[in-house]
Amino acid sequence: MTRVVLTTSIAVAVGAVVSLGVRAADPTPMQQGHAVFNKWCAPCHSNAPGNPGTAALEALYQGSKPAALEERTDLTPETVKQFVRNGVSIMPFFRKTEISDAELDALAAYLARNLPE
Amino acid sequence: MKTPPGVSATDFAAALGQFEAAVGKEWLFTSDEDVALYRDAYSPFWGEPEERAASAAVAPGSVEQVQAVVRAANRYRVPLYPISTGRNLGYGGSAPNYSGSVVLDLKRMNRVLEVNERSAYALVEPGVSYFDLYRHIQEKGIKLMVDVPDPGWGGVLGNALDRGGGYTTHQFRNHFDSHCGMEIVLADGEILRTGMGAMPGSKTWQQYKTGYGPWVDGIFSQSNFGVVTKMGLWLMPEPDAYMTGTVLVPRHDDLIPLIDILNYLESGRVCQGISELSSPVMGLPAADDAPPLSAELAALIAKAVERDTRALDDYAARKGKAAWSCTLKFYGPAKALQAQWEYAKDKFAQIRGATFVDGALIKLPLSAEQKEKVHKVEFGIPNLSIFSFGARNANNPTPTNGHQWFSPIIPRSGEEVFEANRVFARAGREYGLPVPPFSIPFCFWERSFLFLFGFPVTHDVEKNKKTRAAFAQLVRIAADQGWGEYRTAPAYQDLIMSTYSFNNHALLRFLERLKDAVDPNGILSAGRYGIWPQHLRGARQ
Repeated sequence: MTRVVLTTSIAVAVGAVVSLGVRAADPTPMQQGHAVFNKWCAPCHSNAPGNPGTAALEALYQGSKPAALEERTDLTPETVKQFVRNGVSIMPFFRKTEISDAELDALAAYLARNLPE
Repeated sequence: MKTPPGVSATDFAAALGQFEAAVGKEWLFTSDEDVALYRDAYSPFWGEPEERAASAAVAPGSVEQVQAVVRAANRYRVPLYPISTGRNLGYGGSAPNYSGSVVLDLKRMNRVLEVNERSAYALVEPGVSYFDLYRHIQEKGIKLMVDVPDPGWGGVLGNALDRGGGYTTHQFRNHFDSHCGMEIVLADGEILRTGMGAMPGSKTWQQYKTGYGPWVDGIFSQSNFGVVTKMGLWLMPEPDAYMTGTVLVPRHDDLIPLIDILNYLESGRVCQGISELSSPVMGLPAADDAPPLSAELAALIAKAVERDTRALDDYAARKGKAAWSCTLKFYGPAKALQAQWEYAKDKFAQIRGATFVDGALIKLPLSAEQKEKVHKVEFGIPNLSIFSFGARNANNPTPTNGHQWFSPIIPRSGEEVFEANRVFARAGREYGLPVPPFSIPFCFWERSFLFLFGFPVTHDVEKNKKTRAAFAQLVRIAADQGWGEYRTAPAYQDLIMSTYSFNNHALLRFLERLKDAVDPNGILSAGRYGIWPQHLRGARQ
């Protein structure tokens, strides 16, 4: 649900800018992080049926934590970076030509956005 | 930072300096932390001294930069290992065959240069993944279908070069066969274009494959003769409809006529998609999260593998389950598909007791909702669902760290499927190898079957050693029977090349002569697919 709300809010924001005839602003870091997630993580980790990353985390957490990464409220930026650069079990690590350090910062901020202040 | 073997520190530093001048500081990776990202995440040698490791990585963003890097490497004799997207997991990742090589990472060259809807082709750079090409086509509303492998994050160009396969129709699912024209940077930095691309101003580079004279494209696949920087590929115009039809037969030995009829239908293009064999009574192939076979069924299968099939047939009859099921896949005009399936049913009806299940006819294009429900790869939709293999699930609390595929090519006949299972089962018992109870062949390729045994890769050195020994044993046993591997990871490339040994390894000796001619300094992908440059052959032998 969180993902749907966020996607909608981005669409509305961009639509508003365009409708005013103003050149679309550069994406915010949060939008960049969301885009990185959609490109690199969503095919395994979004909350869609058959996604192996989400299924594996469901088996691991047994309901004690959300299986879909975007719904997590306990991910720190450091945790996200650790997994992206080191991998875990069947998930490989990612090179900087795939996810650059700047993109990883944006991704980490996006997945950590639900972390309590 | 490592220095490549045989290269002086001074020369390596000079080469790195020229690499940096070519690509910019940001795209030369020399720190241990950055270079570690080029390890093969699924290496069966993980953490052992023999694990193949790079010394550095360089990531050009253009053909001109590739040329500059290759020229510098050739000047200083620095070994390079080009990768496209580096995601050939299970058949090799981004790590070189020859430790100390500098990985030439082409991921940044990620432009879809052209998609021509009227002539149904694309021209791509090496860093373009199947996801990238699919998104490009979807965003532009182009009515072409990309044939995608499992998983879909690999490179279009790299998968074709490694001779990977997909799931749609014959003409497209053999990815090397569906390519049309390449651009290659040779070891001296010169650019070569193949096929019609050899003619300046050619208007048919992506429309006629073979050009004029010897068709050299094949030597750039599963090899190390050049750095492929562009590739054309033919795409399938989105068909009117897709349909499946399933035939079920009651007895184990019915597999023999079932496959003969299937071959007739596939070779005649009556059915065009990737046919799918399974055994309802054996419950194979099993889902990733399926519980283990019962002891009773395992014993019946073991007897059937030794060609005593009566008890398994009786069990199937008692349980009301078919011995075999084969689902045919059809692509094309809706009316034609239904007629083709009716014709196929007439043919299969020759098998006593055959029954049929008509699949749904699906009109294309798919709705967003349909896209989530279908077997995505059969509609050219890239995804990563195959990573459920070995992942944690209810029946597998200890996920693996990867997998490696033993994948021999087997003749397309029921007799040979039975014989292969008998041979592999005996090998399993004799050598304690992790062989499945019965291997159901896959129909990826025309005219032959593919067996796929997925073996786990772990971070446990002893387990990996055992798996490697088992893998090597299976390769030898298969070769003794005339069954060869179609593709493999660097760890096994020498071994498997050694099985293609007709006339005292005439093929390898010919490839080595080619290697010496086109890459005399041996800088490109030393050892890839068993082809080593002259200065390293002695050490290998």
